[in-house]
Order: sequence, then structure tokens, then C-alpha cells
Amino acid sequence: MKAVTLLPFCQWLASTRGSIALHESLYMYPLVESVHVLTLCVFVGLTVVLDLRLLGLAWRRVPLSELSARLGPWMIAGFAVMVVTGSLLFYAIPVRTYQNIFFRIKVVMLALAGLNAWMFQVRPYRRLAEWDLDLVPPRAARRAAAASLVLWALIIVAGRMIAYNWFDCDQQPQTAIVNRLAGCVATP
Amino acid sequence: MLLPFFQWCEASPLGTAIRTSPWAFAVIESVHLLGLAVIGGAVLVVDLRLLGLGLRRQSLADVAREAQPWLVGSLIVMLATGVALFLSESIKCYYSTPFWTKMTCLLLAIVFTFTVRRRVTMAERPTLRPMWYRVVGLVSLMLWFGVGASGRWIGFSG
Repeated sequence: MKAVTLLPFCQWLASTRGSIALHESLYMYPLVESVHVLTLCVFVGLTVVLDLRLLGLAWRRVPLSELSARLGPWMIAGFAVMVVTGSLLFYAIPVRTYQNIFFRIKVVMLALAGLNAWMFQVRPYRRLAEWDLDLVPPRAARRAAAASLVLWALIIVAGRMIAYNWFDCDQQPQTAIVNRLAGCVATP
Repeated sequence: MLLPFFQWCEASPLGTAIRTSPWAFAVIESVHLLGLAVIGGAVLVVDLRLLGLGLRRQSLADVAREAQPWLVGSLIVMLATGVALFLSESIKCYYSTPFWTKMTCLLLAIVFTFTVRRRVTMAERPTLRPMWYRVVGLVSLMLWFGVGASGRWIGFSG
């Protein structure tokens, strides 16, 4: 069976004018990256606030509905900036990033964080009225909050590690498992 | 004048160990980033309240009191990991403008947070005109933003 690969797409992306311009820019790339990192404070920072409330560790007297209504718009705005700047960072260095093991870990963790948030929405959050004022929310909500904290921590660490080339495809020899996970292609 | 001190830092056993390890810097910096997320939330939730934008129905003192342990805890993590990172490249920092900008902002931010902002947020009853709460929130945000932005720029310079 042939593995699905986005490598040709990434190679095409790398050849576009915008990608080359961003890659070679003196200030634009660092600027985009700085915005990406600093927006972490807004999006992940407020996610931490919400998760701590869900775990019953802080702001226990604030109803969860109020917390999500008042902080939600900031989180959504922060998330939007993260997605846009993150996409631009990928767009600037598509092939190397696509074949970076930490980037792949980050994408998987992002998907799991999305799944976790969705499961929280359809299960505990739907019955919020029953536990909105509880000092310590029900177990399902606490579990979702703990998973969220762990996943976002892993996303941050994996994201930071993308910058390091320890497991890059051009750093051979690598173990077979690394080459496989990073999607390295043997040059003929 | 300070250069000998920075050279001494760079030559310290911890600085040398981090510099010669292939992964220590990356790991410590990751923890520094995790601290950034927590301190970001702890600062922002109070500053938004000061600006009248966040948890408006809660008293300022309540929001700030709950944020305090997370602010102090994450600040300790940031300082500890920050010192370790600094030790591994002290001489680079000595010649780095963003580093000195960050240290200036950091000093101002810490002093402001634990004096003016602390007194204003912890007061049980509002004593100031509404405008002053917004000023305190804005100054806090600007100082901490300065710390983060110039901190990121240390890595791009030199």
C-alpha cells in the first residue's frame, strides 16, 4: 500500500513566490513568529484559566458560564491569530516542516486537543446548568480539563522543538523509525 | 564594567553544562515557554478585569486574589529557567540590545505588579476613579508585552 503523502504539495508550496518571500524576509518571518509565540499568552493562557476553574483549583466562585462567556471571545480571537500565524510559518518552510517529527507530533496533539474540546462540548458542557456553580465540577469536566492542560503543554513543547534539526531528513543516518515517522524519502 | 560578571556567568559550571549539552537548552526553553502560557493567563485575566473587559461581574479583588498564586508560581518558574538560559549564553546577552530591553521591562513589570498593581487590585473597596483602573491594566499589559516581545527577539539577534 502506498502511504498518503503531501510532499509534492509541500514542494509546490515551497516554490511559490509568497513562500520564498516570507522565507527570505529579514523581519517578516521573525515578526510572524513573535506574534505566534506571544499570542500563546492569550489563547493558551486563558485556556489554562478555564481549565483551572474546571479542575476546581482557582476562581471557584466564578460560574463557568460567566468564565466562558467573558473569556471565550478573547480565546477565539487568540486562536484565530495562532492559526493564521502558524499557517504562515508553515507556508514559509513547507517541506522541512512537513518532514519534521516534532511538527507531526504537534499536529496529532492538536487533533487530540480538538477532539477533547469537542467531547467536552457534547457531554459535560451540555448539562452545564446542573453544575455551573459547583466549586468543583463533575469528574468528566475535570478529566477534560486535565487532558487539555497536558495536550496544550505537549503542543507548546513540540512546537518549540520544530526549530531543532536533530531528526531532520538531511541529518542521516537516522533510525528507521525516525525516518518513517518523519516521512523521509530516500534519495535515488 | 559588567562584562567580567557576564564572563564569569558564562564560565559557571551550570552555564557550561547547558551550553555543551545537545538538548538542555531546548528542554529548559520549553519549560520557560510553558511558564509563559501560565503567567500570560494569570496576568491577562486580571488586566482584562482592570480594563473592564473580562470578568466584570466579579470583584476585582476576588479575580486578583485567585490569580496571585499562579502569577507568583509561574514567575518563579520563568525566573529559574530564565537564569539557566542566561548562564548558557551570558556573553551573547551582554552584547544584545533585546536582552537589555527585556531586563529593563522585566524590572519595571515586577516592581509595578507587586507595588502599584497589587495595591490597586487587592483593595477591598474601589477607591480610585474608574479611569485609573484602566491605566493600571494598560501599563501592566504594555510592560509584560515588552518583556515577552524583547525576550523573543534575543533569539533572533546576534
